[in-house]
Amino acid sequence: MSRAAIFAKIESATAMVKAKAVYPEYDLSIVHSQPKLQGTDLWEIFTRNFSAVNGRAMTSVAELLDFLKQSNQLHGYCDPLLYDGIGAQLAAAGLVVETEYHRDRYDDYQFGITRASGAIAESGTVIIDDDRTSHRLAALSPWVHVAVLTREEIHRSIPDAVAAFGDSPNIIWCTGPSKTADVEGILIEGVHGPGEQIALVI
Amino acid sequence: MIGIQPIDQYARDISDEKQASVIDGSSKGTEKRYHSLHQDYPDPDSIRKLAASIKDHTLHHLGEYLAKAEESLTARGVNVHYASTDEDARQTILAILRQHEVTQLTKSKSMAAEEIHLNPFLIENGVECLESDLGEFIIQLDGDEPSHIVKPIIHKNRRDIAKTFVREGVAEDYNDDPETITRRARVFLREKYMAAQAGITGANFVCADTGRLALITNEGNSRFGMAPVQVHIALVGIEKVIPQEKDLAVFLNLLGRSATGQQLTVYTEFINGPRSVNQPDGPEHMHVVFMDNGRTDVLASNCREILRCIRCGACQNVCPVYRQASGHAYRSTYGGPVGAVLSPILFGSRFPELADLPKASSLCGACNEVCPVDIPIPDLLLRLRDKAKKEAVPSAGAIPMSPFATLATSPSLWRTAMTMSKAMNHLPIQVAPIKPLQDWLGQRTLPDSKGGDFRKWMKTHQADAARAGKAP
Repeated sequence: MSRAAIFAKIESATAMVKAKAVYPEYDLSIVHSQPKLQGTDLWEIFTRNFSAVNGRAMTSVAELLDFLKQSNQLHGYCDPLLYDGIGAQLAAAGLVVETEYHRDRYDDYQFGITRASGAIAESGTVIIDDDRTSHRLAALSPWVHVAVLTREEIHRSIPDAVAAFGDSPNIIWCTGPSKTADVEGILIEGVHGPGEQIALVI
Repeated sequence: MIGIQPIDQYARDISDEKQASVIDGSSKGTEKRYHSLHQDYPDPDSIRKLAASIKDHTLHHLGEYLAKAEESLTARGVNVHYASTDEDARQTILAILRQHEVTQLTKSKSMAAEEIHLNPFLIENGVECLESDLGEFIIQLDGDEPSHIVKPIIHKNRRDIAKTFVREGVAEDYNDDPETITRRARVFLREKYMAAQAGITGANFVCADTGRLALITNEGNSRFGMAPVQVHIALVGIEKVIPQEKDLAVFLNLLGRSATGQQLTVYTEFINGPRSVNQPDGPEHMHVVFMDNGRTDVLASNCREILRCIRCGACQNVCPVYRQASGHAYRSTYGGPVGAVLSPILFGSRFPELADLPKASSLCGACNEVCPVDIPIPDLLLRLRDKAKKEAVPSAGAIPMSPFATLATSPSLWRTAMTMSKAMNHLPIQVAPIKPLQDWLGQRTLPDSKGGDFRKWMKTHQADAARAGKAP
């Protein structure tokens, strides 16, 4: 059996280590980036760092509507729980807003509006998890993803966000739009995931 | 044995175009890393020293932490498997795929999977298996091998890729604009994601306390690979375990900056189970395959520090030998300084064949300076050179040292040789018809012999010092 064999080999290998390293006691503030954490208002800190990774932070549905119209992204999905506050306003302005995501028509959705479970101010990250996001694919396949969150859900630092993981089996930190630099080191956004990552605070 | 070492042969034969791509990509990587660390931290060195001590502690107690990780994962409904060898790992994965009747899958970038050549094996066994990282996708289309841990196609340019896309039917016409290349891959791969039944990933870290796997990408391919499928299989080296989630903050802050100069990569995923009950998308089944494949041999060796490695590629970017020779010159999954240490011991049966790698270094120490877990790579290279000597591995490029030893231990012979050596300056040794000598000189420039000048100087100096009443 592989398991027994591996554990036996680990046992004999580690037995040869004379001075075993002890687990270091450390204060997590050592990994805080002070320049990135400058400021007191978490939304402001988040906005600054999120913009630096080419994310777009928005504070109103009107702002979102303008952006979607200007970039000609007129057909999308909205989490039914967010329809009253957000989706209905977009639909009233003439956009096509579906509250069901059909994976056989994945190409039809130009934007996806789903609930985020939080954000990280220090890194400009939105957090998506399996329990609060209505559809993994709706947050992933459209060109524009709109992550909806409240100010209270913003964590100050990366260690704070780790400490707040909770029970969800699938948590994703999104720090800006999907990107690659595989071709000659040139930055291209929108590889497999969204080419536009929006954080909308409500 | 005298002759040219295989790695030197590669460095000599590499095309100018390929070498320019490698030098450009790696030097940019080094600059970005430096700026992102120093902009944010007054003393980045203290963070990597901390990371090194966490890794050492984990490795010295690996049995305990691995068992804990297994327990945490099992408690959350994850099936945990173990594979001793590459063959075990391939068979284990194939059995899982057969169990779930998977015929089509996508795979996100994993060095562990590269190590066991998983793709060709699965394809031979009738499973359609497509790489989804843009670089790895292009590698797969070309039947090539990645030449960098983080930037697999660092050795290719846009024209190579555009040609591949036409040849392999990804695109109808030639277009080498990087944005067009990326969009075409986006469209092509989406259909594959949606049709797949399983996603295979690696893992960058596994937290023993909760079983959470941390997966790091920029493109979102691993995320997409796991959204429409029923089965997720993660192939993970046993050394990826860390004690607790708290430690993630240390490693994540170092990994992104060291690899690509980013504070965090775009997507950092934390997974420790099948999808939530209320979530319509995502795998119902999750399997983790913990793989040894030589890692316990490394743990038992005097180079175990190399197991701290978090696969950032910073040592490759900074290494003058890697930049000149390219990753392919290392002839194994892991190239560059980390590969020069890891490959000869990880693939123990290939040791004699890869014993030239630890010698292909000037021991300049740049690899250690940039390492986010402070691996003393130059020391490890010396230990491996020692191993090669002790095991009497025949080595290309080495000249027999015994005549020199005789010469150097006899003062009278040495004196005579020094006097005669000046004559060498006038002899056309570069064109002497001695093949081994030519090979040796082909990579070296000999300074002119000064023929014992130092000995003369020392004698005069001692006499002067004695006259001045000082100790020499």
